[in-house]
Amino acid sequence: MIRVFFAEWRKLRRPTLFLGTMGAVAAVTALVTSVLFLLIDSRNGNGREGRTITRQTLELPHGLSLGFSTSAGLLGLVALCIFASQTAQEYTHGTLRNLLVRQPKRLTLLLGKFISMVSFAMVTVIISAVVSISLAFGLSGKAKVITTAWTTGDARIAFLHTFINVFLSVIAYGTVGMILGLIFRAPIPAISLGVAWLLIVENIIAATVKHSGRWMPGQLITTISSGGDITASYLHAMWVVSAYLVLGVVVVSVLFRRRDVAN
Amino acid sequence: MSTQSNPELAISVKDLTKIYGDRPAVSHANFEVPLGTVCGFVGPNGSGKTTTMRMLLGLITPTGGTGVILGQPINHPERYLHRVGAMIEGPAFYPALSGAENLRVLATLGGYETDQVQGLLERVGLGDRGDSKYKTYSLGMKQRLGIAAALLPNPQLLMLDEPTNGLDPAGIQEIRELLRDLANEGTTVFVSSHLLSEIEMISDSLVMLRKGEVIFAGKTQDLLLRQQPTIIAKSSDPQDLTKLLEIAHNAGHEGTIIDGAAHILGPTDWAPILNKMAFDAGITLSQLAPVLPSLEETFFEMTGDSE
Repeated sequence: MIRVFFAEWRKLRRPTLFLGTMGAVAAVTALVTSVLFLLIDSRNGNGREGRTITRQTLELPHGLSLGFSTSAGLLGLVALCIFASQTAQEYTHGTLRNLLVRQPKRLTLLLGKFISMVSFAMVTVIISAVVSISLAFGLSGKAKVITTAWTTGDARIAFLHTFINVFLSVIAYGTVGMILGLIFRAPIPAISLGVAWLLIVENIIAATVKHSGRWMPGQLITTISSGGDITASYLHAMWVVSAYLVLGVVVVSVLFRRRDVAN
Repeated sequence: MSTQSNPELAISVKDLTKIYGDRPAVSHANFEVPLGTVCGFVGPNGSGKTTTMRMLLGLITPTGGTGVILGQPINHPERYLHRVGAMIEGPAFYPALSGAENLRVLATLGGYETDQVQGLLERVGLGDRGDSKYKTYSLGMKQRLGIAAALLPNPQLLMLDEPTNGLDPAGIQEIRELLRDLANEGTTVFVSSHLLSEIEMISDSLVMLRKGEVIFAGKTQDLLLRQQPTIIAKSSDPQDLTKLLEIAHNAGHEGTIIDGAAHILGPTDWAPILNKMAFDAGITLSQLAPVLPSLEETFFEMTGDSE
């Protein structure tokens, strides 16, 4: 398992992938956090989906982490793309046969790859957190947000909760990506279907069918990242998302273990 | 899957079968490859060579039959693959990584020393291109990298599928020498190729497939000896060739005229007798050459294929 982990990291650490991804994560987080503080008085809102997050809300202990948690959806999409492409490209490049000759235990290979990509996702979450927190302190003066509550113990606990929830949501998105990668065995259909479903289809269904968001994976993963919201409770989201992911993982594990590698 | 292992054999398969839908890709294949030899694996396109190799590497599950690799059953590839090097259906690597880094990925995965990567690159003639990205490699360089990857485990058994594809004549010669050296060091080499002259030069034994069935498995020399040698005779007068065929026929040897020469089936030591009989009949031969059949001719005759 450990060998699979480090072998996968040799692929993940190549500069164009690693620095490109981390740069994109930092840029997106900076944008989301800047909008949160710099458009605080805008009538068009400064939060997700045009919501307004007031100065009073930002001054609360959890206000420090709001920029970070708002970036979770975009971090999740990055994870989905990375997990899907890193998995599916083994089929399109034909490299899966090399990997299986060197590691014939297929589930060990799959799990090692997954853990490696989870650690990569962890780095993206840490970078996002650092950028968001730094910018929050940096922009608080310009936005006239009082930061007294941000340095309290409550703020640290709120940040820890946010970090765990964002990380869980990113892993959930990534797992969806890996499942799609294993089903489609090609990065482009896996990523395009995943992104189209999570960004477009689910939002259309959620807007047209009442309470449907309570059962849709993308909506519920977002609920997890924010620690529970008007769509569903945190616990409900955790249970339903876990059930979907376990089902998906079992199906693709059986497929991966039994399917002939003929390409 | 029951198995019987013989310590003298690197590969042993019995009734190995793979059926896709109702089409058998490999049908009841039986063959053995002794340890420390070079075994050529030949057959027309689509005859089941790659499918067989994939079954031996645990990449696809056989529909039936058994196989033993280095004393271990093929349904437990984890027991023998750490001693096997393989390149199947051409080289496959990550285009954005360098050749050396691609090898390090596989070395890390297999638990082999990454320090040996430069040495392996030099061994296959890529010593100065290891840091170049794989996507910049020519077909021949990719092929060499594939062979280097197969050598990572310092394998007891090396399985190569068309390793000389894309190589120039000098490269083919180098690979031939490399495979021979490996065999001399004790590595068993199981190699498929469509270049039958190459296979003939390096193989101790052969497995020949046709439409998924093994039509020959054994020593290369035994196969060639099965074929009748031919005596090629030429005369300046075409009328003489017809007369010569008649003389041969009367002596129990069949023949035919191809491109202005009589091709008569017969052993090498019958050539001087034919020469004397022709002389006695007043025929002066301008050429008389006994020719042993090449593997290619034998192959086409046995497979009934002109591919």
